[in-house]
Amino acid sequence: MGKLDLGAIFSRYEGTRSDLIPILQDTQSLLGYLPVESLNEISNFLSVPVNEIYGVATFYSQFHFTRQGKNQVKVCYGTACHVKGAPRLIESFEQQLGIKCGTTSENYEHSLDKLACFGCCSLAPVAMVNEEIFAQLTPDKVSLLVDIKIRGGEGKSGLRGASR
Amino acid sequence: MPQAAYQVRVGLTSCGVAAGAKAAYVALRADLGAVGIVPQGIGCIGMCYNEPLVEVITPQGERYVYGNVTAEDAKQIVREHVVKGVPIERLLVLRPGREDANSAFLQKQHHVLLKNFGIIDPEDIESYLQAEGYVALKKVLTTMSPTEVIAEIKVSGLRGRGGAGFPTHIKMTATRQAKGEKRYVVCNADEGDPGAFMDRSVLEGNPHALLEGMIIAAYAIGAEHGYIYVRAEYPMAVSRLKRAIEQAARKNILGANILGTGFNFKLEIFQGAGAFVCGEVSAMLRSIEGLRGWPKPLPRPSESGLWGMPTLANNVKTFAFIPEIINRGGEWFAGIGTKTSPGTAVFALAGQIKHTGLIEVPMGITLQEVIYDIGGGVAGGLAFKAVQIGGPSGGCLPKTRLDLKVDFDSLLGAGAMMGSGGMIVLDETSCMVDIAKYFVGFSVDESCGQCTPCREGTQQLLKILTDITNGKGSEEDLVLLEEMSKAISAGSICGLGRTAPNPVLSTLRYFRSEYEAHIKEEACPALHCKAFLAYYIDAEKCKACGMCLKECPEKAISGEKRVAHVIDQAKCTTCGLCFTVCPDKFKAVMRVTGQQKRELLKGAKR
Repeated sequence: MGKLDLGAIFSRYEGTRSDLIPILQDTQSLLGYLPVESLNEISNFLSVPVNEIYGVATFYSQFHFTRQGKNQVKVCYGTACHVKGAPRLIESFEQQLGIKCGTTSENYEHSLDKLACFGCCSLAPVAMVNEEIFAQLTPDKVSLLVDIKIRGGEGKSGLRGASR
Repeated sequence: MPQAAYQVRVGLTSCGVAAGAKAAYVALRADLGAVGIVPQGIGCIGMCYNEPLVEVITPQGERYVYGNVTAEDAKQIVREHVVKGVPIERLLVLRPGREDANSAFLQKQHHVLLKNFGIIDPEDIESYLQAEGYVALKKVLTTMSPTEVIAEIKVSGLRGRGGAGFPTHIKMTATRQAKGEKRYVVCNADEGDPGAFMDRSVLEGNPHALLEGMIIAAYAIGAEHGYIYVRAEYPMAVSRLKRAIEQAARKNILGANILGTGFNFKLEIFQGAGAFVCGEVSAMLRSIEGLRGWPKPLPRPSESGLWGMPTLANNVKTFAFIPEIINRGGEWFAGIGTKTSPGTAVFALAGQIKHTGLIEVPMGITLQEVIYDIGGGVAGGLAFKAVQIGGPSGGCLPKTRLDLKVDFDSLLGAGAMMGSGGMIVLDETSCMVDIAKYFVGFSVDESCGQCTPCREGTQQLLKILTDITNGKGSEEDLVLLEEMSKAISAGSICGLGRTAPNPVLSTLRYFRSEYEAHIKEEACPALHCKAFLAYYIDAEKCKACGMCLKECPEKAISGEKRVAHVIDQAKCTTCGLCFTVCPDKFKAVMRVTGQQKRELLKGAKR
């Protein structure tokens, strides 16, 4: 990857150290992940060594350093979801998508991850597919969900959920 | 009343929306438009178990609440209730004069923080202003000195709602008196405890109450700059806060020369980046500075916080209580709850409980009252096993401790803690060793890595717990778990490290027999841990529907039409899918553990 154009992002900041995390967030939302070149440019802009930028970025679980899938599935791993069957949901998604949790498919179609509590505990267990949250999921609803929301199938929707 | 008309409100917070409230809202907006009514989007009224919720208020002021409303239901509500004046019994969860489990859910609660939830529109400052919003701020800025504000909070006895319960006025006085060119106010809205959503509900349901509390606190300590550190996993909370800050700035409630009083205060949102440890205040401050979120023990933020300046950091609810304390007086607040823990507590009820939701109760109420009278008891007719309070820093309490009072000190004494307010009910199907393993696994993932006892110790705890749940535990393991837990608590610098072993210690204290069953009897009494389970199909109950046969990933089930199915124990990997898919009306797949499992497997090779 050549030089990235992060100028539009940098123009919103003064360039102080405390701008680092917001800049990393903006960069990731622009590019989908944080390629090494972006860290170099941020390092130049903030005059902070790139190893230190990397040290901060890797500390926070929000940041990715590899390209993510087009469809992102995130299974909530809060306590309520755990006791209501989140581990089984993860297994079902792994089976349906053919990838392990925490990885991206080779064709960059899907990523599967577990995420800290979404705070929708009363509707546990929940999972997020792209920006939509789906509530009260069961392993059999997972195959329906993958079919409709990811593979574009039609299927009768017995799903509870909506975009937020 | 200017004009008698129906009002219609829809709960539009993350939970409601996830349950499908947008569809109901869109349908209402379309159909109500025809009769000249605009539906209002409101915060959570706490009855998550009935989401999506629609409330109809009659011209006489009577409140009718409908639950589990679909788009179709919404249309019917307009047609029958709003147009013809006939309530729809089928959908009603609350109606005037009716007493049932739903009205009991609200009856024992005491709403202070939540009092405007379900009434005001969180996206509209006018709605907050109509509900006495920013009256306290005006009173403070025009009639009270900063020390008078702190004195009032001292009278109220308000203690920090983030979980530790430190007296708020002491923190405020210390920050005010500390030397520094500048002072900062920081709101901890990094609600990372799994199983907790109280702060999210306040941010989404009444963001201006937080803003007002923060501005008053800033005036009291002499700060002109503040931050709200909110987790990135809460996109709706972030967008509502942004809107609230913009609206407040336009009304000259934030910014320079607030309400013409000469007081200046600038407020910014800082979005967290997914590190649980940043809920620890010193780690949070470092994160705002652009560093790794590493806690440091001393000096305290009140002396040296953000960029070395005195900083007042409090939880969302602590700040949000302040306007009401100013409006109604410290003595009023002190009169609610108990002597040492005044006021109310907000809890998120979740897990295997009938009424999941957001509740606010006076401190000193018993766990029994919260779980049974308000929460309606355990869902699905199963037996209560434990209640987990305080997240990864808290503990699990058994049935015998349900008489315990909910306040900062009683819970601590019983090996749990108030935490920020997540309360998860566990039934007989939850394995307590697995629950301990879950929380320790969480701490392993989230340990910041600074202190070896926390970083390495939690990994060792997890390994031992995993061994126990896999049938490889020994009796010495229990001694080791206790010893290591004590060492981790003693050797970690931050509160999260010190309390990380609590889930292990509390389950060992109250549920030791479950650990022992795993180790001595090769049994998981909750029928949860795969290593101890075997499945078989009850030939009398099986109706040969073929569901399990179709789903079994190992092709371990044989059978045909009208012939009861059989599991080949040699092929079965105890994944449990057959148990899940067997229709509820048959319940033919049985689980066994311990001695029963050994008998079942006699002769079968695995």
